[in-house]
Amino acid sequence: MTKSDLIEAIAQNAGLTKDKASIVVNEIFDQMVEAMKNGERIEIRNFGNFTVRNYEAYTGRNPKTGEPVQVGSKRMPFFKVGLELKRRVNGE
Amino acid sequence: MTKADIVEAVYDKLGGFSKREAAEIVELVFETLKETLGHGEKVKVSGFGNFVVREKKSRMGRNPQTDEPILISARKVLTFKPSQVLKQQLNG
Repeated sequence: MTKSDLIEAIAQNAGLTKDKASIVVNEIFDQMVEAMKNGERIEIRNFGNFTVRNYEAYTGRNPKTGEPVQVGSKRMPFFKVGLELKRRVNGE
Repeated sequence: MTKADIVEAVYDKLGGFSKREAAEIVELVFETLKETLGHGEKVKVSGFGNFVVREKKSRMGRNPQTDEPILISARKVLTFKPSQVLKQQLNG
């Protein structure tokens, strides 16, 4: 399923125009991106939590050449799946 | 950020819908995602990331408290792979 499939499904099941459904779906993901940009944690109950993790700089290695490379510090999003969704995915 | 904050933002953006309706539509979005992932189908959201169901084989583990070996059963787990765009946004 892609974002446009999701928009289509929401339009159909909520009785919205595709334009409106598109506004909703995009706003949801835009809001989550904004929150993470601010380093904020996102809690969607029964779905999961998004957090931003800070990683220190380290010296890595190019796996092909074995050459050492400097990797700068970075922030990465991390998703922890919620219990209900975890169970559903596993068919419990 | 919680679902309530997302509902608020969607309500403001959408216009012409009550807060209750906005909440129902947001709920439908997350329910649709859960439904899709529950079937083992992946969800690709451009500019955000991909949610992928992965099949894990059974393997031997160890109870860290008693050191006893135990069989970890085969299972399906959900992973989130953030998009390049999201990673760039967090490190911009």
